[in-house]
Amino acid sequence: MLARFSEVYQSLSPGLRELRLTLYLLNRNALQRASLIVIAFLVVVAILAPWIAPYPSHAFSATNPQDKLLPPSSRYLMGTDELGRDLFSRIIFGTRISLQTALVAVGLALLIGVPLGAVAGGLGGWVDELIMRITDVFLSFPPLLLAIAIAAFLGPSLGNAMLAIAISWWPWYTRIIRGQAVSVRERQFVRAALAIGAPMSRIIFRHILPNTMAPVIVQASMDLGGVILTIAALSFLGLGAQPPTPEWGLLISTSRTYFLNAWWYSTFPGIAIFVTVLAFNLIGDGIREVLDPRTRKF
Amino acid sequence: MLRFILRRLILGGVVMFGVALVTFFIARVIPSDPAAKWAGPRATPEQIAKARAELGLDQPLIIQFGTYLLDLAQGNLGYSLRTRRPVALELAESLPATIELVLISTFAAVFIGLPLGVLSAKYKDRLVDHLSRLFSIGAVSLPTFWIGLILQLLFARTLQWFPMGGQLSTEIKLTMEIPRITGFLTLDSLISGNFVILLDALWHLVLPGITIGVYPVGLVARMTRSALLEILSEDYITAARSYGLQERVILWSYALKNSLGPTSTVVALSIGYTLVNTFLTETIFTWPGIGSYVATAVIGLDYPAIMGVTIFSAFSYVVLNLISDLIVALDPRVRMS
Repeated sequence: MLARFSEVYQSLSPGLRELRLTLYLLNRNALQRASLIVIAFLVVVAILAPWIAPYPSHAFSATNPQDKLLPPSSRYLMGTDELGRDLFSRIIFGTRISLQTALVAVGLALLIGVPLGAVAGGLGGWVDELIMRITDVFLSFPPLLLAIAIAAFLGPSLGNAMLAIAISWWPWYTRIIRGQAVSVRERQFVRAALAIGAPMSRIIFRHILPNTMAPVIVQASMDLGGVILTIAALSFLGLGAQPPTPEWGLLISTSRTYFLNAWWYSTFPGIAIFVTVLAFNLIGDGIREVLDPRTRKF
Repeated sequence: MLRFILRRLILGGVVMFGVALVTFFIARVIPSDPAAKWAGPRATPEQIAKARAELGLDQPLIIQFGTYLLDLAQGNLGYSLRTRRPVALELAESLPATIELVLISTFAAVFIGLPLGVLSAKYKDRLVDHLSRLFSIGAVSLPTFWIGLILQLLFARTLQWFPMGGQLSTEIKLTMEIPRITGFLTLDSLISGNFVILLDALWHLVLPGITIGVYPVGLVARMTRSALLEILSEDYITAARSYGLQERVILWSYALKNSLGPTSTVVALSIGYTLVNTFLTETIFTWPGIGSYVATAVIGLDYPAIMGVTIFSAFSYVVLNLISDLIVALDPRVRMS
């Protein structure tokens, strides 16, 4: 078994090999395997939401007033909300919204942070100094605060919430990429490219950048849990998703008016957030442990 | 040492300038019509024109920024749209209630989170470690506002052990004179020797305190564990062990002292988190602090109030980090580099 594994392992390209090894090592820890399964399950739920949800029309604006605020039953697994909508269906659609918005927000942050980090690390000098001091300023805001302020001024909407998160999140990626780029810059192939007179932009984006991406992708996937939590918090404050979007944070926020007589209304969306964020955080911890040679166990 | 402190102070000043610049951009440059935002959603054209003149929006940006800085230096954060009172004054009024919550959560972080992290590192990969890691990773995965609602549901509504919210019971508010000396309710009742009020205030602090404390406890436990593990693998620890020093001395004195740097950084970080988490907690418990203030401001799109809280929180966070930097600098190795 092990011999076969190492055979396959050797035949993969270095990047893929690292990925395979990481997945293999993650898979050996029961807790992390469970988290991988949970995340895979959530992705499937998100994609198949309209087919899984018992009442797909309840996800958005349909109302059903005669069944309002019913406790969980065989008909409504997680009960209903103040408009008689099936909470279970809304939470299933919420999975889709949370995963999508988290991916977009992190993607946007990468789009801002990665090129800036590559330019800072690749060029060095005053450009580097300037970009890094800007990241310092952004990182000197307490977490979440900047996102709240930006979202408030852009106007409350899910799109603006994603933008606000990206604007407050990119400096982390700039730092990681810059650190990588500074060391890659000294490698032989970059010097060779410099020697044959390749333009700086080509060197940075064709030679340095691709060789700095691995750690930032890892970091970004670990950040997804935190971003999901942030989106929920913004929606809870009224700065993210707007009704009737079935976003988890917004569901909890709306439930505040009714939850003392309808425990299910606040409880289930919160469990959905907790399980999702926990799964991403456990995987993140696992990845960190596996990638750190001091804690890696074969 | 003095040179180091001076350098850090100057650096802190530069960061504050940067923070002011970023908030200026958010408030004045990002919105398409800052005056309309500043005057509020229901403002008349005259009011908007007045706001435009007040903000100096007809001036070049650089002059606007200059006036903005001058205002900040004088503690002028503008006027709330809702109450028409100075934002700085309203912040000062709601600050003590929030500081009480922040202090509780920081206490919990230091006196529960830190020992948990140390135990976890000491018994790495044993049952204690697994349990403590599971707890701490769970703690940072829970939405703060949800913890608050669930605690209310369980302990206030169902069991009725603790009150739903507020700082004091209504009977006490109506029948007793509330001491006002420092503005901190618990401290004031302690100073004036009014233990009925003190007990009532503490009783009201339990649920919001737990809600706001969960995240920092988890955060500090996680960070302490990883910082300690790194230090425990250092050569001087092995040397200390081979001298036959007690494990207790090695752990609590040698290792923990050397992890002071990362730990004080993470405590500063956790205070930053807590400050912002009050935005999510205080409204749930109708706690009359900055968090409730900003949550109300967000709902009413009271931009001067939102901006005031943002600037205040950001500046306090910069100061906190400065203090933690100075604590780190007690370690001569840090000063050298």
